[in-house]
Amino acid sequence: MIKIVKRDQPSRAIFFFTPVLAIFLTLVAGGLIFFILGFKPFEALKFFFIVPIADKYGFSELLLKATPLCLIAIGLSFCFKSNNWNIGAEGQLTFGAIVSGGVALLFYEQEGFYILPIVILAGAIGGMLYASIPAILKTYFNTNEILVSLMLVYVSKLILDYLVVGPWSNPEGFNFPETRQFSDSAKLPLLFEGLRIHAGIFLALAAVVISWFVFYKTYLGFQMKVSGFSLKTAKYAGYKGKKMIILVFLISGACAGLAGVGEITGPIGQLHREISPDYGFTAIIVAFLGRLHPVGIIFASLVVAITYLGAETAQIFMQIPKYTGQVFQGMILFFLLASDYLLFFKIKFIGSKK
Amino acid sequence: MIIDINFIGLIIASIMASAVPLILASCGELITERSGVLNLGVEGMMIIGAISGFALMTVTGSLIIAIFGAMLAGVLISTIFAFLTQTLITNHVATGLALTIFGIGISAMIGKNFVGIPGKEFPVLFEALKDTMPLLGPILFGHSIVFYFAFALPFITSYFLKKTKIGLIVRAVGDSPESASNQGINVRLVRYACILYGGAMSGLAGAYLSMIYTPQWIENMTGGRGWIALALVVFSTWNPIKILIGAMIFGGLTIIQFHMQAIGVRIPVQFLTALPYIVTIIVLVVISRDSRKIRLSTPSSLGKSFHKDN
Repeated sequence: MIKIVKRDQPSRAIFFFTPVLAIFLTLVAGGLIFFILGFKPFEALKFFFIVPIADKYGFSELLLKATPLCLIAIGLSFCFKSNNWNIGAEGQLTFGAIVSGGVALLFYEQEGFYILPIVILAGAIGGMLYASIPAILKTYFNTNEILVSLMLVYVSKLILDYLVVGPWSNPEGFNFPETRQFSDSAKLPLLFEGLRIHAGIFLALAAVVISWFVFYKTYLGFQMKVSGFSLKTAKYAGYKGKKMIILVFLISGACAGLAGVGEITGPIGQLHREISPDYGFTAIIVAFLGRLHPVGIIFASLVVAITYLGAETAQIFMQIPKYTGQVFQGMILFFLLASDYLLFFKIKFIGSKK
Repeated sequence: MIIDINFIGLIIASIMASAVPLILASCGELITERSGVLNLGVEGMMIIGAISGFALMTVTGSLIIAIFGAMLAGVLISTIFAFLTQTLITNHVATGLALTIFGIGISAMIGKNFVGIPGKEFPVLFEALKDTMPLLGPILFGHSIVFYFAFALPFITSYFLKKTKIGLIVRAVGDSPESASNQGINVRLVRYACILYGGAMSGLAGAYLSMIYTPQWIENMTGGRGWIALALVVFSTWNPIKILIGAMIFGGLTIIQFHMQAIGVRIPVQFLTALPYIVTIIVLVVISRDSRKIRLSTPSSLGKSFHKDN
């Protein structure tokens, strides 16, 4: 007989085991989907998860995709830890890219060491500005941050579209929806000859270290944790809730904005219509899969980045539609949430004794 | 300039038509939320409904199978959400987001083979009566059955919640699951039912888009309507009749875009497209500012998991 018993305390070992279980279950379910679509499951999974990262170039692409995911997820973990549901990172990324791209365009004929820092800073500020909208509306007007941050994603993409088609479009660009190329001084340097991985990865790593320090070594980190467990307790303790809400939104906006900077000043070097394949949404999954822990998020961003690459490879070699990536991402989150059941409940097998 | 009175009627009718998917999805989500469950997966369920309806219509040729199939698809996908949130006690927000991401992915995967296929004409009712009355003729007559159902739904929903016993049970479960449970009501069962119903309505809303409103399959064709439907529920302060008003406002914004462009108003098209989203935010701010009113009308247990220890 099977009996389900509530645990006295959530199990710590299982806390870090369930993400692995979730990934495993996703692979099984993914194999099943491939089978239904008429492919050999193991071969398809190999094309999806191993072939894309088998060489040096593939590995560089993996890091390239994992960088924005990690950066955004780190920012989001500040929000999620403190019970703030910022799901509009995609919009903050886009707006950050718009502001930093605008600044980069100002310098388009100039070179100088000072340009790149200004461009990066502009991106962070852009992301913060955009994240401050849901934060201020939540704190002072009691407005649901989920809906506001989400609506702003659509708005930001339309602003970007307007700019690259209209006033910012390249005057010599034959009406392509894109801006001029930024000057070399406004681009993040590439790390290796012939590979696309760029210095943006250091921004992500810096965010990891800083967030670890803030979460576990500062008073703010403690406050966030308490507010996450119970808003009432936080109120009793006299924490200034409003200030904290705005702060965590600003932090996550800055991270998303920086991810936007990486996307436009990295390999591409200009603004165009589609700067992000929904990194802002996917990063939500990364944050959860990484258990809102900085180191966990690094691993999670690598795992989820594979789904992007795998989807591309599978599309080329097996004509599997590229949206399989999204299906996998959704499944990872489903399985992760489902296996969290094991955190709070024990499944006991009780043998029937004769 | 002489404005034909029937032209005004046609504009109003087109506003109503674009309000239909919002009304359907919002009324479904309203029931779900009234039982205490926040399902953020409306966008995902809607897009699943859209592709299921269109695919079934193309494959079977039967509109009835397609419409009910889309609703069934909405039910099936919302079963995942129900199982996770109710049986495995997962977080509503995260599960709803997963549902949306998953739904968009799956729909695009299925829809790959249906891009570019023309849709079928959906039969309309009372076509002959359209010209019998000025202004009211085009508003009242010549629409699909789904259209009439959508405009009846808020009233049916209101009646259901206020006057029927089951409606009372749904509200009790949403406002105080503990006492409902003590009264012998199976909270989990009620919530399961409300989630699946919400899925069916979202599925129907999606099918309306892909089969009647713009009869074709385009990736991501719901374009945020699921999220606007969620916002409408807040806007209505969980009162179905007000959903009707909200949906007409947003339908109006969508239609005005087209007409402004047609008249040649020199406003960037992107600004007009962004208008519904911006207005949603403004409306949410205005509604939510009165925090007491929101607190009084929000189902008390909304978004909170309920687990009965046995």
